[in-house]
Amino acid sequence: MTKPIFGRVILPERTWPFFIDLLIFGAGLALFYGLLVIAQTWFGPFRPAAEISQRPQALPAYAANSLLRMLIAYALSLLFTLVYGYIAAYSAKAERIMIPLLDVLQSIPVLSFLPGVMLAMVALFPRSQLGVELGSILLIFTGQVWNMTFSFYASLKSIPQELREVARVSRFSWWQRFTQLELPYAAIGLVWNSMMSVAGGWFFLMACEMFVLGQRDFRLPGLGSYLQAAASAGDTTAILWGVGTMIGLIVLLDQLIWRPVIAWAEKFKFEQVESAMAPRSAVLNLLRRSAVVADVNRTVFRPLTERVGLYFARPIEGPKPPQSLPAWRRWTLRVLALTLVVATGYGLARAGLMVAGLNAAEIAEIVRGAGATFMRVMIALCIGAAWTIPVGVAIGLSPRLARVAQPLAQIAASVPATALFPVVLLVLIQTGGGLGIGSVLLMLLGTQWYILFNVIAGAMAIPTDLKEATSIAGLGTVDRWRLLILPGIFPYLVTGLVTAAGGAWNASIVAEYFHFKDQILMTTGLGATISQATDQGNFDLLLGATIVMSTMVVTINRLVWRRLYRLAETRFKLET
Amino acid sequence: MALEEPIIEARAVEKFFAQPDGHRIQVIAPIDLAIYPNQIVALLGASGCGKSTLLRILTGLALPSAGQVLWHGKPFDGQIPNVSIVFQSFALFPWLTVLDNVEAPLKARGVRAIERHKRALRILDTVGLDGFEAAYPKELSGGMKQRVGVARALVVEPELLFMDEPFSALDVLTAENLRGELLELWLSKKMSTRAIFLVTHNIEEAMVLADRIIVLDRNPATVRADFEVQLAQPRDRRAPRFIELMDYIYKILTQPKREHKPPVPETTPVVSGESPPGKYQMLPHARPGGMAGLLEILLNRQGRDDLSHLADELVMEVDDLLPIIETAALLNFARLHEGAVEITAEGRTFAEADIQTRKLLFRDAALRHASLLRHIEHALKAKSDHTLSEDFFRDVLDEHFSEEEVQRQLRTAIHWGRYAEIFDYDADHKRLYLTEP
Repeated sequence: MTKPIFGRVILPERTWPFFIDLLIFGAGLALFYGLLVIAQTWFGPFRPAAEISQRPQALPAYAANSLLRMLIAYALSLLFTLVYGYIAAYSAKAERIMIPLLDVLQSIPVLSFLPGVMLAMVALFPRSQLGVELGSILLIFTGQVWNMTFSFYASLKSIPQELREVARVSRFSWWQRFTQLELPYAAIGLVWNSMMSVAGGWFFLMACEMFVLGQRDFRLPGLGSYLQAAASAGDTTAILWGVGTMIGLIVLLDQLIWRPVIAWAEKFKFEQVESAMAPRSAVLNLLRRSAVVADVNRTVFRPLTERVGLYFARPIEGPKPPQSLPAWRRWTLRVLALTLVVATGYGLARAGLMVAGLNAAEIAEIVRGAGATFMRVMIALCIGAAWTIPVGVAIGLSPRLARVAQPLAQIAASVPATALFPVVLLVLIQTGGGLGIGSVLLMLLGTQWYILFNVIAGAMAIPTDLKEATSIAGLGTVDRWRLLILPGIFPYLVTGLVTAAGGAWNASIVAEYFHFKDQILMTTGLGATISQATDQGNFDLLLGATIVMSTMVVTINRLVWRRLYRLAETRFKLET
Repeated sequence: MALEEPIIEARAVEKFFAQPDGHRIQVIAPIDLAIYPNQIVALLGASGCGKSTLLRILTGLALPSAGQVLWHGKPFDGQIPNVSIVFQSFALFPWLTVLDNVEAPLKARGVRAIERHKRALRILDTVGLDGFEAAYPKELSGGMKQRVGVARALVVEPELLFMDEPFSALDVLTAENLRGELLELWLSKKMSTRAIFLVTHNIEEAMVLADRIIVLDRNPATVRADFEVQLAQPRDRRAPRFIELMDYIYKILTQPKREHKPPVPETTPVVSGESPPGKYQMLPHARPGGMAGLLEILLNRQGRDDLSHLADELVMEVDDLLPIIETAALLNFARLHEGAVEITAEGRTFAEADIQTRKLLFRDAALRHASLLRHIEHALKAKSDHTLSEDFFRDVLDEHFSEEEVQRQLRTAIHWGRYAEIFDYDADHKRLYLTEP
């Protein structure tokens, strides 16, 4: 097949096709070997107490393990997102249940399920390491999937009417509609949410990897367990190596995966005019120039998509598509729905019985804990807001400062807070601070960045003409903040605070109760109650506390955050 | 009319929304319409009159509430017939190159890559886009984008080409150029399409292109006129017959259809909570300021001007001009007569008054002639605290208009009410307040 050459040939500035191709080939081979090795350990027998090495030489293997867990969890999330989002967007009946469900699921603090899920998975696979691995993957999955699903669903719902009509009049098959309209339209939202999700995933991964329950050691070989082991032993060199690897890995991922993907996704932007500031990526340029990639694309990928496309395409004068079988499908759905209802009812009844078995002391503990954790979350948010608002506004309003500060803040934020917990604890113990205050610090560590980045974005979004108008009007500092800056950043601030609050609740599970150097550090709090109940095998208490925490978070979301959101969307929206 | 068999035929096609109380909001009244081969048919009407909905019903994209659409004498079987649509917004896929955009419908029809490629290149060449195959839509100007839209529509060799305001998003010169090119393709038979169905609100566009013009009235959509333009192509816009027909269309579009107009009651006190009287007339969506501008212009022209002349001079299309004129007419500041607009004595007083007096005059006129404003004022006065929720009026209007129209009616009413200082609106609490005198 001869392909005509089109006008816009881009002459590369420099080409090292051979070097690049070798590099890509080598990378593929190495990846395959790594997968084999990891698979061997995963399907190997269960080791009750993991030996976590502190030698820096062990780090590459640990990093690979952590990375693979992330990858599998992310792949699962993506699959779930596409299926769930698709069904919710196209089935009006399912949508009515699926979207509220998604909303509740996304506001539940995932880590409160960590102890329960781990125990369940180990019980499910008592003989192999797979149980613990699956448990951690499941938790990362539940931590990162919801916002991706929401984004995909929202994108599908907002596809312009006329593009849909083009697809229908042109008689697109569902496959063509999916690949040429729906997926491209949703691509940018999916990419950004994937980035956020994976960043959040590190947080959960670290928590999972260093998980210890009473006598049972569920630690998984990975970066998180390495850091914890190093901190337990007070080995500063190992800590530095671990944190360095962590940062390196995240920066590498950013450069090798996210940046190229973002630059590539630029073409899916739904705009009719070319924007001047398009993101670029050197890696993407390399890949685009690579002969191997081009070859694979031409000989494998393109013919394959062509085949699939033709398979689904309808011939011009084709027969009518056969009618689906409504009768059996309707019945299957009914049976499924009934099973679901019965199972839910049964589960609820059993849970109710279990919680009813709580004694007064335990209930008092839950209530006290709930109050304490609530206070801690609030304090963490206040402290976070107190320093991030002025700093964020300063960065956002000064392009010069932003150029320096933003990359630094991004690196600082990219380190999952849970990875630093052991290190912070080590410092706390040495300085004699307790976990009561320490846990606030730990929450702050993980959540302040959300506020900071949102405030920066908000300050940057304040229109120049408004800034000029306030300068001309000669407003004082107080008025400037009251009339321009605070209303301007308000919607962003709300978004940041919501995310931060969610993160803080999650962090309480790991921050209020910690195994460290063969001792248990804990303070009063709902998170501590959950962890301790699991430790002691007190499932009634575990269930009760988990329910209380989830209910609290969902209720606060509904009563406070949602209202603020609405306010932000109506009154404080800057419309152009 | 042509003796041939119609390609598409609509029989008593109508669209309405049934309300829970059994009440119906009619968007399109039962319409019979047939499209014959070898014709460019223009469907002309003001925006929001239902012409786009009619187009979608004809293509099979939307279903009529009642009636039937026949494709070569047979009802649709769920498959969209071999038609294409050119959209006002171009509706190109921004992530596909020009070539991929044009190939997409062929791909959907299972055409193989080599053949697809050949046909796409040929049609791109026809519309003058050779050399742009690898470009993305965002790199193209509006005119180029619409050329891609036309190429994508023609590449499947549709029997019937639908165009939904295809040139409205383009600047005047580009639109004129594309119209010429389309006509060229059509007259020289470079497209295998057997008929074109063009939806537009631009009278001149219809006059330049169409062999047959169907004028649609709104609320609900009804065919007001359906005639053939027996003028040779290319048409001379200064020819007496051309101008005559243009004026004729203006006259149709501006003449109120009396049989649909409800009688405006003189004074009907309404107490909140009671059901409102009869039907509301529809408020035209124009701002008081726009109307004042129009009246001033009329004053400068000895109080009278032709509509086509006014539109031409102001470079406004009927869509933008009509609501303003209708507002003036509703408030009795101007009169429509034989395609001309004439200022009344009240209008003259208004145009010569200062800002505060204008507000008073507007207030009097609005309360006398606009039943919705009068009703709102009465309802607010009847309440002891002089305030009512927006939802109350929304519910009342719901019985008369579609959901979107209710929104627009309320917005216009609030705008007029604020200008006339009759009532005010609190957007935070969504409540209307009687303005304190």
